[in-house]
Order: sequence, then structure tokens, then C-alpha cells
Amino acid sequence: MVEPSQETLLPAYARSLGISVDGIENGLPVLTVDFGANVEGRPGFFHGGATAGLLENAGYAALRTALLDEGRDPVLKPINITVQYLSAGKPKTTYALARITRLGRRNANLTVEAWQDERERPIASAVMNILMT
Amino acid sequence: MSEPSSSSPRSKALPPFNAAEAGIFFFRRGHPGWLGMRYHDHGEDWVQLELPWREDLLGDPRSNVLASGPIISLMDMASGMSIWQKTTVFTPVVTLDLRVDYQRPARERASVFGRVECYRTTKSAAFVRGVAHDGDRDDPVAHVAGVFMKINYDPRQKGIANG
Repeated sequence: MVEPSQETLLPAYARSLGISVDGIENGLPVLTVDFGANVEGRPGFFHGGATAGLLENAGYAALRTALLDEGRDPVLKPINITVQYLSAGKPKTTYALARITRLGRRNANLTVEAWQDERERPIASAVMNILMT
Repeated sequence: MSEPSSSSPRSKALPPFNAAEAGIFFFRRGHPGWLGMRYHDHGEDWVQLELPWREDLLGDPRSNVLASGPIISLMDMASGMSIWQKTTVFTPVVTLDLRVDYQRPARERASVFGRVECYRTTKSAAFVRGVAHDGDRDDPVAHVAGVFMKINYDPRQKGIANG
């Protein structure tokens, strides 16, 4: 079995953006990114695209972790993602964690939340469908 | 916090929004600058941006294809700019909801273009749709649909910011 690591869980894009694994919760990785110029949109706020990138990577990292636990290592392909922006991303460290709603043979459905200070007040959420081949 | 509404004297004094000119400033800094986004083309109610291929933006290590995350950023940015292009006013907007359906991976080492049209605006919201493609608009990489809110519009109290 391949052990989950920063390298197996995070693609070049995620590492380049500054995303890292903050810890493991209920067996799934919590990802984090610090505020900085490379994630800034409107001055002083996260860019919606950077927030989406964090959510999406948290989804892939969670799915990859769950698949490795089952001894599976398929290529993951995006089917779709819907991102809901709930409040402005302030210039603070941001976290994201996915929940695997359904893990099938060919596709998986995930919900992901991103938060800053308060876990109970997410700044964005996403629903993703991922194809496994 | 109160920001000027679209009818304030200050925004009236500004020239109409032009995506080509605004791009010079938008893509110099921040997340779009880091990604290397560029202005490509625009019309009355649409904007097309380019995201050049770059090795450190790859997704799956087993292919040389751009990750889907940068494509969301590209479409989000093109969406905002299409709204300003249509309304001619650079009013602060925030993304409420953005959906991306991926039809196929972008070609290896190919730039991805994001073309988004703002098809409807109301006092408080703006609706957009578009495609991401790698050269041929009729063979898209992804379709997007989104809703944005103008953050200086509060339906309860006209002109007061609530963003």
C-alpha cells in the first residue's frame, strides 16, 4: 500500500499555490493555505479561484486517501464542481476538509467545506463529482 | 463600510470599463498575476482570457494536463470582467455560486482560454455562462455557469454596503 504523503496527495498546482496538509481528521486530510499575494483577489481578500482551488484539492486529497486505504490507485478525473461562496475570504490562514458522500467503483461524490477562524462558519463549500479510471 | 454605488458621481466620472485596459492592472498582481493570466479578447457582454500552460500548474502527475483549479480561477476572473464589460461600470462583485462541468482534459502544453458572457444583470445580481477551450470554442474543455452579487447593493437600504 502506498502511504499518503504531501507528494501523493497534492499535485504540482496545489504545492505551487502553497497548499499543505495540516493534519488528518477522521482519516481524511485537512488542507491549509496561508494568505499571500498568490491567493489574493480584491485587495485584502482571497480570490474566488484560489478558494475553489483549496476546496478542490481537499476533495482530491480525501478521495486519494480513502482509495489508498482500499488498496486502489486509479487516475482521478474531474466531472464537475459547484462552489458556493458563503462569506469573503479574509487575509487569514484557511482550511478545508472533504466528506466523501459516496464512493463507488467508477465515480465518487464529495462535499467540501473551507473555513478560517470558526469551523462552524465556513467561507465556502463545494460539491464535486470525480471519475475514477 | 460604504462603497460608491453605480449611480454615484465618482463612478459617473470614470470612463466605461474596458477589459483590455483593466487587464493590464488585474494581471499584474494577486492570484490572477501569479497564475499568469492574460487578456485575450472581448465584446459588448463577454470577455476571453488566456491561461498559458505551465509546469507548476499541473494536476495529475501521470499526465501533462493543467489542473482543474486554475481553470476555475480563469473562469471566475473572466466572469467578473464580463459583468463589468456588460454594465460598463467597475462595481465590486462577489461570486455567489460557480459551477464547472468538465468535458475533457485540455491538450498537453496548450493554453486554456476562458470565454464568459454576462447574459443578465439585475440590481443586485449578475448571471454568467461560458466555456473553457484550448483553441476551438466549438470543442470546449469545460462549461461554466455562475451567479455574482454586487456587494454595494443591499435591497433593504439602497447604496449601503453589506459585503
